[in-house]
Amino acid sequence: MDRFEIRLSGAGGQGMILAGIIIAEACLYEEGLNVTQTQSYGPESRGGASRAEVVLSKEVIDFPKVIKPDILVALTQKAYDKYYDDVKNEGIIIVDNSIELSDIKVKTYQMPIFEKAIEEVEMKLSANILVLGIIDSWIKQVKSSSLKKAIKKRVPEKTIAVNMKAFAVGKKLAEGGKIDEQGEY
Amino acid sequence: MRDRIKLLQGDEAVVEGAIAAGAKFFAGYPITPASEIAEGLAERLPIYGGKFIQMEDELASMACVIGASLSGLKSITATSGPGFSLKQENLGLGMMIEIPCVVVNVQRVGPSTGLPTSPSQGDVMQAKWGTHGDHPVIALAPSSVKETFELTITAFNFAERFRTPVILLLDEIVGHMREKVVLPNEEDIEIWNRKKPEVGPEDFNPYQETDGLVPPMPNYGEGYRYHTTGLFHDKTGFPRGTNEDAKNLMDRLMAKIESNMDIISLYEEDIRDDDEIIVLAYGSTMRSAINAISQARKAGIKAGWIKLKTIWPFPADYIKEVGKRAKAIIIPELNRGQIIKEVRENIFGNAEVHGINKYDGTLIKPEEILNMIQEVK
Repeated sequence: MDRFEIRLSGAGGQGMILAGIIIAEACLYEEGLNVTQTQSYGPESRGGASRAEVVLSKEVIDFPKVIKPDILVALTQKAYDKYYDDVKNEGIIIVDNSIELSDIKVKTYQMPIFEKAIEEVEMKLSANILVLGIIDSWIKQVKSSSLKKAIKKRVPEKTIAVNMKAFAVGKKLAEGGKIDEQGEY
Repeated sequence: MRDRIKLLQGDEAVVEGAIAAGAKFFAGYPITPASEIAEGLAERLPIYGGKFIQMEDELASMACVIGASLSGLKSITATSGPGFSLKQENLGLGMMIEIPCVVVNVQRVGPSTGLPTSPSQGDVMQAKWGTHGDHPVIALAPSSVKETFELTITAFNFAERFRTPVILLLDEIVGHMREKVVLPNEEDIEIWNRKKPEVGPEDFNPYQETDGLVPPMPNYGEGYRYHTTGLFHDKTGFPRGTNEDAKNLMDRLMAKIESNMDIISLYEEDIRDDDEIIVLAYGSTMRSAINAISQARKAGIKAGWIKLKTIWPFPADYIKEVGKRAKAIIIPELNRGQIIKEVRENIFGNAEVHGINKYDGTLIKPEEILNMIQEVK
């Protein structure tokens, strides 16, 4: 089974669901790649727990939700605590550096996601796109150019430039950051 | 419609399906998780010469849909549990006066406002028995975005063909899930339109059987005198209050559905000759069932699946046959057991019937079905 599963989690309003939609949208540009994207959120529009899930496969996808993620992104402590234990042994976890880690079983990367969004992109709200930049190279099924195309299609037109910058900052963060086996960034 | 490969949400697939089927009218009231259907149709209908109206509530929107259909427009409304409850009275009127229309219910956890953003299949019996009295019901339940597109068109086609409201039962997973889908070309889509009278206005009776159980239907305003009432009526559409009219009309309303089971009853199966364990499911739960069956088969277990796309009318004869050869039938549902009662009623052989039920807003996982398969094998 070539299922590849991504879970993006955080608080409502952090754009995790939009990030999930963008990954799914990018799959339109990859021939023969199927995708399902689902979400779970509370009734409130900001705050509350929010998670988006994306499943990629060359085969028909039956169960549409994540079973064991290959990639987990957690932007809040609550999300991390809830989901860190679900990740596949060979999977990875990306968290904001404000998050305290529990016993690390899989590769866990703490990164200054919000810090970079505020200081370098100058828009905290772009953290979700910055995250896409970070995980881009781990999603082998989808080309970087497809992700960029999908971002341009799904974010408000006025914010394309700033979001592309966020994506670039995210990529740089992933490539530049040397990560040891303990998962310290 | 140049771009046939799309990333679509189930709710958006309802919009695309409705447009493809020729829908020209939507009335509704927003509610999670069905609001995207209203949003989409508000944007799309005017482009195709249609009308969108947000009404003051669900009662009014159901009434509006009936009125629009009487005037000749293919009409649709969309809601979730709480709104579906409010639509029941006028839904019954629609069945009584034989109005083609599509009522979408994207199910969330109830009763009452329940869990607004979580999936459920709790309204299966409500779709059948929500409005009072005996009545004919067609209800379809898609399990994927692609199927949602297809069954939306089917819902319109059945509505037009059998002159009756058709209920499209999504659940939050199917409604909010996005999938990559390839939509068919317009010329490959089969479209049915309501039968119009072949006689002039002077010889016309709105509820007269002509060449079948479904009376022809002119548009309001076309010159045909046309009375409708929720009271039992004769062929003229006026009530006489007779027991004979009541029986005749009820018999015809039921017969026009029951005599067309071969057309209306849609299901798929993957059952090999020696499969003993059958998982029967519908809607999003089907996805877990298929996953579980493929795992079970890899482990050498003789198991197969049935997917109900039409849940009402229930395919009783088919299930009777399945019950004769199956050792066990497993029915996963996101409710406390609704379709399972229909299955039980139609099993006369030795097949055991087991339910897997969740009603806390979470999905039934493939492994839960697999565990049950291993238990009963």
